[in-house]
Amino acid sequence: MSAKMIKNAVGRTIPEEINGEKQVPFKGVGQHRPEGNKYGPPIPTCIDFPDDGNKVVDSLETALEKCGLKDGMTISTHHHLRNGDLVNNEVFHIAKRKGVKDLVWFPSASFPCNEPLVTYIEDGTINRIEGSMNGPLGRAVSNGKMKGTAVLRSHGGRAQAIQDGEVKIDIAVLVAPSADAFGNASGDKGPSACGVIGYAKPDALYADKVIIVTDNLVKFPNIPMEIEGNYVDHVVQVDKIGIPEKIISGTTRITKSPDRLMIAELTARFCEQTDILHEGANIQSGAGGTSLAITDFLHKRMLARGMKGNVGFGGTTKYLVKMLEEGTLDTLLDAQAFDLDAVRSISENERHYQYPVFNAYNYHSKGNLNSMVDIMILGATEIDVNFNGNVVTHSDGYLLHGIGGWQNCLHSKTVIMPVPLFRDRIPVIVDEVTTVTGPGELIDVVITERGIAINPKRQDLIDKLKDSDLPLRTIEELKEEADKICGKPKKPEFTDEVVAAIKWVDGTVIDVVRKLKQ
Amino acid sequence: MTKKIAIAGNEGPKVRSDCRVELEIHESGGIQFELKSKVKALFFDNIKQKVTEVLAFFDIEHARVDMLDAGALDYIIAARVEAAVKQLIDTDKEYLPEFIPENKYSTEMDRFRFTRLYLPGNKPSMMLNAGLHSPDGVILDLEDSVAPARKPEARIMVRNTLRALNFYGAERMVRINQGEMGIEDLKFIIPHNVNLILAPKVESAEYLQRLEKEIQKLNPEHPVYLMPIIESALGIEKAFEIASACESVVSLAIGLEDYTADLGVQRTPDGTESEWARYRLVNAAKAAGVQPIDSVFSDVEDTEGLTRNVMNSKMLGFEGMGCIHPRQIPVIQSCFKPTETEIDRACKITAAAEEAEEQGLGVVSLGSKMIDPPVVKRALKTIDLATKFNLISKDWRKDYVS
Repeated sequence: MSAKMIKNAVGRTIPEEINGEKQVPFKGVGQHRPEGNKYGPPIPTCIDFPDDGNKVVDSLETALEKCGLKDGMTISTHHHLRNGDLVNNEVFHIAKRKGVKDLVWFPSASFPCNEPLVTYIEDGTINRIEGSMNGPLGRAVSNGKMKGTAVLRSHGGRAQAIQDGEVKIDIAVLVAPSADAFGNASGDKGPSACGVIGYAKPDALYADKVIIVTDNLVKFPNIPMEIEGNYVDHVVQVDKIGIPEKIISGTTRITKSPDRLMIAELTARFCEQTDILHEGANIQSGAGGTSLAITDFLHKRMLARGMKGNVGFGGTTKYLVKMLEEGTLDTLLDAQAFDLDAVRSISENERHYQYPVFNAYNYHSKGNLNSMVDIMILGATEIDVNFNGNVVTHSDGYLLHGIGGWQNCLHSKTVIMPVPLFRDRIPVIVDEVTTVTGPGELIDVVITERGIAINPKRQDLIDKLKDSDLPLRTIEELKEEADKICGKPKKPEFTDEVVAAIKWVDGTVIDVVRKLKQ
Repeated sequence: MTKKIAIAGNEGPKVRSDCRVELEIHESGGIQFELKSKVKALFFDNIKQKVTEVLAFFDIEHARVDMLDAGALDYIIAARVEAAVKQLIDTDKEYLPEFIPENKYSTEMDRFRFTRLYLPGNKPSMMLNAGLHSPDGVILDLEDSVAPARKPEARIMVRNTLRALNFYGAERMVRINQGEMGIEDLKFIIPHNVNLILAPKVESAEYLQRLEKEIQKLNPEHPVYLMPIIESALGIEKAFEIASACESVVSLAIGLEDYTADLGVQRTPDGTESEWARYRLVNAAKAAGVQPIDSVFSDVEDTEGLTRNVMNSKMLGFEGMGCIHPRQIPVIQSCFKPTETEIDRACKITAAAEEAEEQGLGVVSLGSKMIDPPVVKRALKTIDLATKFNLISKDWRKDYVS
């Protein structure tokens, strides 16, 4: 790596230049303010589109050809079909057949089903991925198999990069469970229904060319539409865009692990005793087994106290739907449906409304939902004694997860991380995280089965719990206990080669991931 | 010994915090160590060092060790290697992990034993966080949950666990095997500060007396109590004799699976078939001044059934119940919580007793009624209990001074 190295505000050394672009090092939370105008895609003209509104072409290959697919282009996709997506890989099979090289894949997230793309990373069809790298893709990147440097962004950071022109999308290939020939697209109907398709919103608005791929071509107009046909160049009809049972888990389930239930219960008690659970509270929690248990505990406590929260946000699950239906939440804003109850609810309940992360997490938005959330439940692979968090690499140094909305959610009023103290002998509380994904100043509370550590910056929470029976510890005490139980693990050894950059929500570089020594 | 290759421990997709060790002792060539583990990148050196250390302790310098690891902690690895070594060589040596200071506590004869959590003695993953769930007792089981062929390695696992795993204040219990095998188990546990021994399928007072003697021979540092489990028709007939067999007996438990099998009847949810046995056991225990403890409730999913079961037990006079899953602990605990009426009465009695003592009176009275010392003792217990469950403020006395 020939680029000059600089140290950023969390003390991480990063290259000044990545993929030929000059980088801004992370300056601290809320310190970076880009100027100028938003990026604008080329001006289209309606006279270039069929008067009858029929934009259907015979295949994805034809559509890609019409969009001028060529070497070096940036292709974006969304991940609403999750691990059941049958279209995103196809784009690169076509590129490979046509001998196109050096593509940049810009997905809103990747899944294990994208494993076949490892071949294209190795043969240069794909120059790099700017998005998330899960499982086999992450392993390939950490082993230095990718030509360019991967760039990981949060969901909000992706919108930021599109809007301020950091990433210019040449072609957006957007799968849609339902669409009409004009390109009006939605996610709530059809054999591959996934609820909402909000992650595709910035792609539709800002890409040079937009292709909608559907297996459920309906009569015009497909209403309500999430993506308006006015932004769409071509529509492709295929037999099948997804495998339904892999798109949505039929039902999300509360953890059965007694240890995780214990952490969940501690979290609920913490929320109650600190009064961050209050009338009108906005609540966000995920679809993991522990998060679901917390949601359900909070629901039960609110029911018992006759309390009603305001907004529930995030990936929607049957437990949030239950809160809406049983009156402990007033409204659900939905960025992503995780189970069938969520899909059902959004189509029948007017207080359950689609709300893309583009509007909830975006750095270039005039205010965001995430800072209005009172209780935020998040996970982490590692948290260090400075409360910095890591969600992208495992403790062995391999890049294995995307950032998702994690960084954006850190801006909520109280960020709680319920995590086990260790997983299979690997401590979660460490002296220094492998990769800084989020700065400690935004992480307020860590709740483990062996105690709760409150960030000293949150003296207000510490004061609230002065006489509490909750097991309060310092983060250092938790770390020492983890080391005492597990033994001290060896740190992974890296080469100097930077294989991935971790962007902060504002486009600055908060950390990089280096290639592992073999 | 004629065995050439020893295998100890567990492996499989669901196994966690454990390892499987395959050991072959060689004449030369040093230690050849192969490790397959999720935590290899982070812990290879630690694991190899531990394995080598244990082998060196048993004077083994040349061997092949293949290890499949799923995040086992050091004391677990040591137990597995020792168990493998002992399949190949005869030795009385024991590789003992450090005894952590947190575990050096003793318990009181009459402490509460509402919940005791059964854990299979050869499954280390389930033990790791057991104490955190705050059962009154944690039972490491050497009996029914361990297959006969695995008894030797389970003994070593239980021994190491007693030394190295934090029990977070729960009473440290072991269920030994029946009969002679149970006596054999003692030397693996008594020197490592076990607080209470559960003796299964007891049918005679003599066995307990012998057990007590054998325990004393091993010079325990703290008292070791006995909880005999009665699991047969004969045992029930002899319940009082068993309950009053010796000083160390603090509780008398009933095991209904085996009892109903002995009667040749089905165990039913409402327990009609074992009604008499339960009455008999409670009465025998109370007559002998020990705690009657009920059997486990085996459907983990059925919280309502468990609640009904515990309320019924409490009504009959039982003072505790076994748990087979941590989720049962809070349910059972809350059922045994004293009621408001009980707490109120206990406060009145305790306040009266304290007043009597202050005034140098030998007799405690409440209104015109004399209060017997055991009643005062029970009241104090209820206050303890109410405090334990946060049902009473620290300065409750100010509401009760006459």
